[in-house]
Parts: sequence; structure tokens; C-alpha cells
Amino acid sequence: MSNPNASGWKPGTPVEGHNAMSGPDTTTGNRALMLEEPLIFEIGDTETTGVDFAFAGKLDLAGVEQPKMPTSASDTTSRLGDFARDGAIGLPGLTEPETVRHYTRLSRQNYAIDLGLFPLGSCTMKHNPRLNEKVARMPGFADVHPLQPTSTVRGALEVINELAFWLLKLTGMHGVAMSPKAGAHGELCGILCIRAALEARGDAREVILVPESAHGTNPATAAFAGYKIEDIPANADGRVDLDALKSRLGPDVAGVMITNPSTLGLFERDMKAISDAVHEAGGFVYCDGANFNAIVGKVRPGDLGVDAMHINLHKTFSTPHGGGGPGSGPVVLSEALSPFAPLPYTARTADGVVHLVEEESADSFAEEHFGKRMQSFGRMTAFHGQMGMFTRALTYILSHGADGLKQVAEDAVLNANYVLRSLEDVLDAPFAHSGPCMHEALFGDKGFADGLSTLDLAKALIDEGYHPMTMYFPLVVHGAMLVEPTETESKAGLDQFIAAFRSVAERAKAGDESMKAAPYYAPRRRLDETQAARKPVLAYEEAVPEASGTGMAAKYGGG
Amino acid sequence: MRYLPLSDGDRAEMLAKVGAKSIDDLFVDVPQEARLSGLVEGLPTHASEMAVEKHMRALSKKNLAAADAPFFLGAGAYRHHVPASVDHIIQRGEFLTAYTPYQPEIAQGTLQMLFEFQSQVARLYGCAVANASMYDGSTACWEAVAMASRIARGKKKKVVLSGALHPHYAEVVRTMAKFTEDEIAGAPPSLTPRPDDDGLIARIDEETSCVVVQYPDILGRIPDLKRIAEAAHDKGALLIAVNTEPVALGAIEAPGNLGADIVVGEGQSIGVGLQFGGPYLGLFAVKDEKHVRMMPGRLCGETVDAEGKRGYVLTLSTREQHIRREKATSNICTNSGLCALAFSVHMTLLGEKGLRALAAENHRLACIAADRLSAVPGVTLLNAHFFNEFTLKVGRDARALVRDLVEKGILAGVSLGRLYPDSEGLDDALLVAVTETTSEEDIDALCGALKEALK
Repeated sequence: MSNPNASGWKPGTPVEGHNAMSGPDTTTGNRALMLEEPLIFEIGDTETTGVDFAFAGKLDLAGVEQPKMPTSASDTTSRLGDFARDGAIGLPGLTEPETVRHYTRLSRQNYAIDLGLFPLGSCTMKHNPRLNEKVARMPGFADVHPLQPTSTVRGALEVINELAFWLLKLTGMHGVAMSPKAGAHGELCGILCIRAALEARGDAREVILVPESAHGTNPATAAFAGYKIEDIPANADGRVDLDALKSRLGPDVAGVMITNPSTLGLFERDMKAISDAVHEAGGFVYCDGANFNAIVGKVRPGDLGVDAMHINLHKTFSTPHGGGGPGSGPVVLSEALSPFAPLPYTARTADGVVHLVEEESADSFAEEHFGKRMQSFGRMTAFHGQMGMFTRALTYILSHGADGLKQVAEDAVLNANYVLRSLEDVLDAPFAHSGPCMHEALFGDKGFADGLSTLDLAKALIDEGYHPMTMYFPLVVHGAMLVEPTETESKAGLDQFIAAFRSVAERAKAGDESMKAAPYYAPRRRLDETQAARKPVLAYEEAVPEASGTGMAAKYGGG
Repeated sequence: MRYLPLSDGDRAEMLAKVGAKSIDDLFVDVPQEARLSGLVEGLPTHASEMAVEKHMRALSKKNLAAADAPFFLGAGAYRHHVPASVDHIIQRGEFLTAYTPYQPEIAQGTLQMLFEFQSQVARLYGCAVANASMYDGSTACWEAVAMASRIARGKKKKVVLSGALHPHYAEVVRTMAKFTEDEIAGAPPSLTPRPDDDGLIARIDEETSCVVVQYPDILGRIPDLKRIAEAAHDKGALLIAVNTEPVALGAIEAPGNLGADIVVGEGQSIGVGLQFGGPYLGLFAVKDEKHVRMMPGRLCGETVDAEGKRGYVLTLSTREQHIRREKATSNICTNSGLCALAFSVHMTLLGEKGLRALAAENHRLACIAADRLSAVPGVTLLNAHFFNEFTLKVGRDARALVRDLVEKGILAGVSLGRLYPDSEGLDDALLVAVTETTSEEDIDALCGALKEALK
């Protein structure tokens, strides 16, 4: 194993004359590159702005009469009626240099894939190629309005169609609804297609079966669509218990929601048999595609009898997570569900022209070109979906091609198995006996010393310079730790991560009490989440002036 | 393969470590019949960065960018100038490639930004609390309706939609309500100079959980929210105000200050750009703190760390799907974090002074445009009031007119026929939006082309 720290230095290493980590207090509260940053409300004011308005819209100022700066929105020439806003809004402004510095300082308090391995299980934090960003900013994509006449947006429609083509090929499915805005929105789209299809045949079924290991979005989605949720039992391997499932199926079951590969990092071996059984009982199969990265280019969900599956473009197809979105969740559909897809959609006809199909034209279009009426369940969003994510995902797909995507799945699975087998001697790996994992390795907290938890291990991992794995999910494993390294990690990078993980696991087993107070080296120590929830402070309020000597900087540190 | 660091040597070494002879050994759980033996058929193989860029650029060039023509489209998406520093900041890897801030000690950048964003949105909307964003305005609108139903505890099922709510927003609400069994009372807009506030108020009754009003409305008119709020509250209903142009709130009163209980909207105008409809930014705020625990979506709150330093965390997550599963207030997980950052940076650059100047400039140019366009023979201005968007009656099918004007290189606006394909009597109306990016030359170009087309 390679040396995890080439410099050789570690916190606590004796340095003649002083300890490097515990120097003197600083006046600012800053520690060199670790910079405290106040809120914009504390450093900005309502009279400052970082935007100049060239009201003439021209750079040639010589001899040109400049329109006057408008005095007030409520002046006599306004057409605002009695609705003018006269009171203060309270929005602070900063000049450009101050703004850039504020956000740059904030950015440095974030962990990110660009900084290192980000092994959040089920989140597929892979490298985000920068070509994607460049393409998304081309004026023909970034600067077009969703309601422009279709003759002026042919290229945008082609992007949607090319991406749809790839998604259908890669999944072996029949149709795709492109508009869902994220994974959970895609789940809702799929479940609503199922409900619409059942209603179309006059079949009012009430129950959706969801395994306990599912993402929380699955039961939340099905409940939102008006379904009752029941558990699907698991077998000792953590997979769906086919016999138990079969015995539960019946005329009240609308369908199942299954994640494959599952959140335990396992492929559902019986997926085809599950689908067949559900179909035989008159139900539909929803597959949560969050973990598609493990099988892209290797397995087509359509071959496994899946009726609907969302694809997180922000996972498998490398569009950035952006600190919590935007995502994009197109839903691929079987032939049985395709007519129920939400509007708008785009379709390429035999003449090669790409059409945008909206409410007005859906029926006639479908009849003319596909020989049957649309039975769309409606509309999920104002416009066409996440175009900015479509351009990025298509760029990524074209970069990899069919061969590269297959390699993506293989390397993702190899990296996860490498982590699993490198750590199973030191950590409890509850399903390691059942064979190889897919794209993520699952561990539990069995064997930790009393009083130490998965949370403590996670926080100690932060001190080692890593974002922790997914914690306490899936719920079926005690103190679960779900590690998804993805394919964009090198072997050397994995080796260092494994060494760090091994060391914190050993400390947790040995009862190293110091872990309870970790992290020590992050921009903040452990945050008091109980206080945040008990007395929520969700918006800034101007502080009441205090006695001298306890100003903002003294109170909050830094400034 | 430029994005894959493993070498063949690495792969062999790692396979040996995991005890596999080949990569196929790791896919043993996939039944043979489901495993593809070769590559997926009918797809090209990998390509160089240069080749991909060339392909994508060719597709990009098949679109007419807004900057390349006199441009007057609005109807829920507006073209504004976004300062260059906004895009620079959102491309910093620490923001761009971070995840939802589940580990707050190493996500203070995102969390503090979200706290600032929530505070900015709350103030802009005249509300107590805003969340950390939704997908877009239309989904935020639906989530607000669902929240009002929760507050009514299912006892009131009637949702009254203003006829002048964006038709796509109304369609999203109608689609979702089919599954929650809320009863949606809507109506097409009437082409009158002022919104039909009386008609709307007449539709509110004791069974109404909420009233949904767009402000300014789809025709650019400004409804009297205060009156509507009073009428709604008289019947025990909540007022949901929907705003699709946040710049307007630099000029017209905030919905929260006029009595709206929930204020939602599209934030795209500030910082995000047009992007052919997405990703956009759903804004969601409540007037009264007592409704916070009924809200959908993520909330960021202030707290302290173990050393007493101020810090931020995601909070009140017991409302959310990852804790509550089928009992959650919403199924939303991912939202629009990076768009929220773009909004927040742009709003910080503007500040109150800049926002007011921006709003005033939009309104000034819109007034010029309304005057000059309504002077064109055959064109009349519908609106009594407007901010930066108004409706023109053009005396012929506006949809065809828009297509004709594209031939002259002008993106003239959005026809009501495009938005309301099934409604009678709206065909001759054209929505025209004017922002600070519109020059007087653009306005004159549209006037000239209209004169020609309406001859």
C-alpha cells in the first residue's frame, strides 16, 4: 500500500519550540487560510450595489443623449397604479470585489468532488467533466427561451431527442418522459403513469409494495400519488424474497418499487422473475434507477421486465450536484406505459424532423405518427425539463460512447469491490458473504466499542480529509455505512482512502473516546442540530445593538 | 478514456485483490440472459473532447439565441443581464461539485449561502421564512396548494385558481390534484384591462382551502392582492401568491405585505438565465412562522458548534422523506441549490439599490414599448397597469404573427394561442416582455415589423 501521506507530517508531530496546531489566538478569529466570513447582512448595506446600469444600452457615449436615471418606480409616469413598493426591502448589496471575496471565502468551507473522494453511497459523486459546463453555456443552449417558435430552437429539440435516443438504447425501453426535474420528480412521474394506465383499464388498485431498504423518496412518492405502502420482505441475503412477494401480490396491488442494484449494493438476481410475477398479477414494476451507474452499458432494465425507471442525470451521467441540485430525472417507460407520459415531449418522426408536442397537438400528433391516441396524465412542470442538464449529460454520453459507459460500470463495480474486500476484515460487512457487491460497499457498526457510533466514525473521517460515506442508510443495517467510490477514483486514491477508513474503524473498535468530539480540523466542530430544530432561526434578523465590546465580530468570531 | 483513472495494470491488481478472475466475476449476480455480451447495439463509441464540442456546437448553432435578435418573450421566463461574476462563482468546484450539505462541518459554504438566500427571498417576498428552493415556480405552486390542503387537514378540498394564473402552472396543479383528490376551480383569463378580482372573490367559499393568484398575472396585469387576501381570510382560506418575475418586486409591493399567506414563484430572472426552460429556481416562503413545520423542501437554520461558533445546518428534517418516508410533507429530495446560489450572488451584487434601479429601468422601457407599440395601427394595449410585461391585441392570429416576425429576425413575444390552445377568443393577443436587455432600437424594430405585418 502506498504511503497515505507523502509529506510525512501529521498533526501533533513535535516541532521544536511549539505545537503547530495550537498556536496563539488571532485577533480576527481567522487561522491563515481558514477564514471566518460574516453574513452579507453584516457586511453589506442597502445603499451599495455591485451593478452599474448603462441606461442607454450603448457604449458610445459621445454626443448621445442619455436617458435619465429613473427616479422612483412610483413617479407620476408609472403604470404601476397603486401597487408601488415604497417601504424598505432590507436587501444588502456588495460591490463586485466584495461579492467575489465573500463567496470565494464561503466556497473554501465546503468539501467537494474537486477536492477529493466523496463516497456518499447511492449518490454517485463522480467527477463532473468541465466540457459539460462549457457546452451548457453555448449561447444556443443557455440563451434560448422555452417558448420561442420551434423553428428557432431546432437544435435544442435535437439535444433532447439525441439524449432520449441514448437513454432508450441504454435501457432497452420504449419511451421516455424528459421533463421530470430530479429523481423524486421522476419517481412521481413513473408512479403517475402506472396509476393512469390502471385507471384507463378501470382498475382501481390501492397498494404499492416497497422494500424497507428503499430510498425514503419511494414511499413518499407513492403516498403522494394516493397509494398505501406495504413492505416487501427481504431474504437473508438482503434481496427481495420472491416467494413472500408472490404470496402478497393480488388484485389490490398496483405495483412494486424496487431499486436495482439495491441500496445494499446488490443486484436483484430475481428481477425478471419479480417482474413476471407482478405482471401476471396485473401490476406494474417501477425501478428506482438511482444506482444505474453500476450496470450502464452492461444490463438493460427493459430486458428485466421493468415498466418505468427514472434516471438521475446528476448521478450516472455526471451533471453536477451543485450543493443539492439542480438534478434531472427523465423516466424511461415500457410500451404499456408510454402513452401515459406527461407533456410536453419531443419526438422525431420518420422524416427526421424533431417535434415539440404540447397539449394542443398531442392527440393529433400521436394518431398521425404512432397510430394511437396519447392518454397523457398531464403536465409536471412549466416547461420542457432541465435543458441545462440535458446538454451536459449528452456531452458526457458522447464523450464515453457505448464502450466508455460499459467501462464506467465495470470500474465503478471494481472500485467498490476493492473497498469492500480491503475493509471487510476490520469492519462488519453484513452482505459480503453473498458475493460481490455492485457499485457500493455496505458496512455496519457491529464491533464498535460501547459509546462509539457510525456518526463518530464519519466525523473522524472528516478529519482525515474525506467526505463521509452515507450514514444510517439503508435502514436494514445497524449503523449502516454505505460507501460508493465511483469509477473516477484512481487506485492510489482508493488506497489512501482505505488506509484512512481502516484507521478510524480500528479506533472505533478500540474505543478511542476522542472520536466523540471529532471533527477537530474542519471549519466547524460538531454543530448543535438539536438547538437548530428546537428554536429555529431560519432567516437573518438585525441584531439589537449591544453594549460596547460585544460587536458582531466579537460575538461571531472573525470579520 | 480521459475520465477513468484506472490503468489495465491497476485493474488486474485490483481484480486479484478481490479474488476475481475477470470483471465478469463481479457481475455473477446478473442473470446471464440479462447480461449484454458486447456493447449496446447501435451506439457510437467514445469521442475526443474536440469532437464532442464540435458536435454540440453544431446543435447549438441551430438555435436562435435571444441575444441575436430583438427579443420580447416572457410568460414565466425572462431575459436579464447576469453579471459575469455570478457564473464565475457558481463554477467554483467547491460549490459546483458539492452535494446536499448532509455533513455540516464541511459544508458551511453551501449552508451559509442557503441561509443568506432564504433571508433574501423572505425579504423580497415580505415573508417570515423561505425554504432552500424548489425545482421551479410551477412545482413550487403545486407544493403550496398541497401545503394549504395539509393546513386545512383535508377538511376543505376546493382550490380556487385565478384565471390569470400561468396556464402551465395551472396545468401542473390540475395534474397533481387528480391524485390528491383536491377539487380545482379554474377559469380561462378574460381579456380585460384589469384582473377580474370580483369574479375571483365570488368563487371563494367555506369549502375553499386556498386561492391561487399570480402577481403580476399572466397578462402582465396587477391584481389587488390585499382585497383578495381579505376575502380569502373571511372564508378561512389561505391566499397563495405566485410571482414569476422577481424583479417586479423591486417596484411593486411584496405579496407577503399585502396579506398573502404563502408566496411562491420562479426565481430564474435573478442570476439563472433562460436555458430553454430549466434548470430554474422555485422560491417558496410563508408569511407566518407558525406554518414552518408544514412547509415542503429543505430548510437551513442557524446554530452553534461545540466551541460556540455560529454555524448552519439543515433543520426541521422530520418533515422530510428521508426521515418520515410516506408521511413526509413532500417527496422532494434534490432541489435547485446551484440556481439558489446564482440568485443569491446576483441579488447580493444588486442589493436593494440595484434591484430598485433594475426594476425601474425595466418599467421605464416597458412604458416606452407599450406607448410606441400601441401607436402602431391595428394594435391596442390591454393593460391598465403592468410592470415589464403587457398584452397587446393585434387584430389577427398572434401565433401566426409571431411566426411571420421570426422570418424578419424578431422574437416578438408569446402568443396567447400558444399558451391557451383550447380557449376561444384569445387568439389575437400577444404577450410582450421588456427588460433592461431590450434597447429602444429593439422596440423600434418590433414596431416597424408589426406595422409591416399588420398592413
